Order: sequence, then structure tokens, then C-alpha cells
Amino acid sequence: MRTSQHGASLTDQRVDEIIGALLRYGVMLSAAVVAVGGIWYLIRWGGTAPEYRVFRGEPGYLRNLGGIVSGTSSFRCRRLIQFGLLMLIATPVARVAFSVAAFALQRDRTYVVVTLIVLSVLLFSLLGH
Amino acid sequence: MSDGREPFAVSKAARYPRYLGRVNVLELTGLVGLISVAGGFLGALTGLGGGVVLTPAMVLLLGIDIHYAIGATLVSVIATSSGAAAAYVREGFSNIRIGMFLEIATTVGAVCGAFAAAWISPSVLAVVFGIVLMQAAIASARGRPKPRPGEKDDPLARWLRFNGSFPTPEGERHYKVSGVKTGFSLMFAAGALSGLLGIGSGAMKVIAMDRAMRIPFKVSTTTSNFMIGVTAAASAGVYLSRGYIDPGLTMPVMLGVLTGSVAGARLLPGAATQKLRLIFGLVVAVLAVEMIYNGVTGGLR
Repeated sequence: MRTSQHGASLTDQRVDEIIGALLRYGVMLSAAVVAVGGIWYLIRWGGTAPEYRVFRGEPGYLRNLGGIVSGTSSFRCRRLIQFGLLMLIATPVARVAFSVAAFALQRDRTYVVVTLIVLSVLLFSLLGH
Repeated sequence: MSDGREPFAVSKAARYPRYLGRVNVLELTGLVGLISVAGGFLGALTGLGGGVVLTPAMVLLLGIDIHYAIGATLVSVIATSSGAAAAYVREGFSNIRIGMFLEIATTVGAVCGAFAAAWISPSVLAVVFGIVLMQAAIASARGRPKPRPGEKDDPLARWLRFNGSFPTPEGERHYKVSGVKTGFSLMFAAGALSGLLGIGSGAMKVIAMDRAMRIPFKVSTTTSNFMIGVTAAASAGVYLSRGYIDPGLTMPVMLGVLTGSVAGARLLPGAATQKLRLIFGLVVAVLAVEMIYNGVTGGLR
């Protein structure tokens, strides 16, 4: 990635580049975690019968960060996949959080507020209930 | 399980191949993975996104409950949006200010839609999904509209510093943005549909920016793609806490769509897109009719 001559100044273009890289690596990393968890899951449970015809909802330990990371259930492979998916969901959130900082560095007060609103909606959805 | 009910509903149940009764987890993962690769591939080639065919395919072909299907598809929407955004950003087309401002509307809409999805029965969801599919089919068959650069200057757009430029072979082209309020309202609707149905609703986002706000088409599509991931993340939190996201089902969908869309994006410059869009439009139309029919006749129960 090429940096501009004015290395310190954070131009829109530079912000876009950093965000693009953030998203790309976020997706690659989460896909890798999901793939590892998926292989583990298939080896362990591949021969069993799937249960998706009627909606029951996932068990509690797969519904929030705390349960996914530290739950004591024996379904560790399912929790690993869910953790990878959570990383994927976090990449756009990280992108918005990064934008708050970028707009703050540009002293763009309007867009710091705009971005903070978006970030709070995202955090409410992920953690607020 | 619905085993107790099925003997009394043979005619309805018989319409569905009973794959889920016969296959094991490994085979179902393979089937879902294959459908997802194909969906991601076609979605990238036609610019419609993979989500729009995946949910009906899982519901109609594999008999998976629509809530599980929309949960799995929604997550794959984030993967394709973030994966493609990196490529678009390098070309310098997307307008981050427009995207961020409109994301206020799409994320609030998405959270509302995701909460609403829990209260709405699978039949109604299927009918709404079918109508959205029908619209997508028409859009796909029609092809891309001609770009119409904005000339009028909206004071709100000036205050929000929306007006920008993008590179063309003839040098930088400047554009002005109008209809900010209309665009913002349409974005709320796009977000609500995304949260309700677990799709990216990119087509509606492009319509809001291209038609209502008169943003150049290339800037609209890339900014829309950039926004899709954030919109989807807003409903993903609600989906996760409601238990819609099943790791075993989402795993092949996410990995498959990602593989398919990366392959599709690589192939894009050389593809005969016009013919492909027509074929894809037909497939989507068939799925739309099936979804509406099954929703109305209660076949998804």
C-alpha cells in the first residue's frame, strides 16, 4: 500500500485504503476460524441427522458473546464456528469505530456525531438486549 | 418435530423433497455449500448479491425453516460486502460521507426489521420475500439503468459535504447530490427489508442513491456495497440473540457464498452479463412465485 507524500495527513483516500484492508483481513481471519470449526463439527457430528425443519432457536450459549467464548457446553466446535461468525459481524462494526477516529483526526465534528450514532445503533443491536 | 402432523398433510409435504429426513449433517452441509457457491457466483456476476436466491433455495428445496435460512444468509451478506468493499475502495468510487450518513437510516431500519421478523409468521415472511424477489427479477432482466448525474444542488447535501468526484478515463468527474430527505427515507425502508428478510437489499439502496439522490451509478453501487455490511451487522446482533444463527448451517453458507462471489468477481470482466442477467432473472422469478404460492397456501408450516 502506497502512502501519500504528506505521511501524517489522514486523507479520505488513505482512510478508505485502511478500511479496505481492515475489512479484507477481518473476512479472511473469520473465514479461517469458521472453516476450522466447520471441519471439527463435521468430523464430530457429520453422521447425525440435521434438525432445521422447525424453528426452535439456538441454545442460550450460542446467542451471546459471553456464552460463545466461555460457555461450558461440550459443543465446542459449534462455539468455535459461532465465534468466527461473530468476528465477521464485528468487521463492519470495527470499520465504523475506525471511522469515528478518522473523522475526529480530520476535526470533522458533524461526521464524528453521524458515525457515533451509527456505532451506537450497532452496539445496541449486538450488546443491548 | 412435525412428524406427528405430516401424515395429515401429505399433499403439502409431498411438494418438498424430504432431503432433511434422509440426509445426515455431512450431506446437508455439502448440499447447502454447493447451493451457496452457485448463489454467490451468480450474485457477483449479476450484481444482485447471493442472498436473494439462497433463502428461497434453502426453504423450498431443502425444507429448512425460513428463520434459520435468513439467519444464515444474513451472515453471508456481511462476508460478500466486506470482501468486495476492499476491491471497490481501491478504485476510489465510494463516498464514505454519503454512506455513513445514510447508514443512520439503514441500521435503525435493520434493527426494526430484525425485531419484526420474530413476530411475523413464516407464511407472511415468504410472501414479502416473494414480492421482493419479483422486483429483483424485473431489475435483473432490465439491466442497468443509464447513469444520470445530479445537477441540482440540495442545501442539505452541501451542508453534509456530499458532493464529490470520482476518477474516469477523462479525468476527475465532479457530481452534486440532491433529494437527501427522500434518499434517507428510502434507506430506512431498505434497512427494514434487510433486517426482516436477511438480505443485503443492495438493489433498493442503489435505487435510493441513483434515482432519488442522483448520485452517479458507479458511486451508488460501490457506496451501497460498502453500506450493506454495516446494515447487515445491525440486524445480525438481533438475529444472534434471537437464536436465528445456527453455526452448523451458517458455516457452509458463509464459506460457499464467499468462495462463489470471489470467483464471480474475478470472472466479471469477461462474462456475458446481459444474457446471464436474463437467465438469473427467470430463476429469481420462479423462486418468487414459489415463495408467494407457498406462503399463501401455508405450505411452509
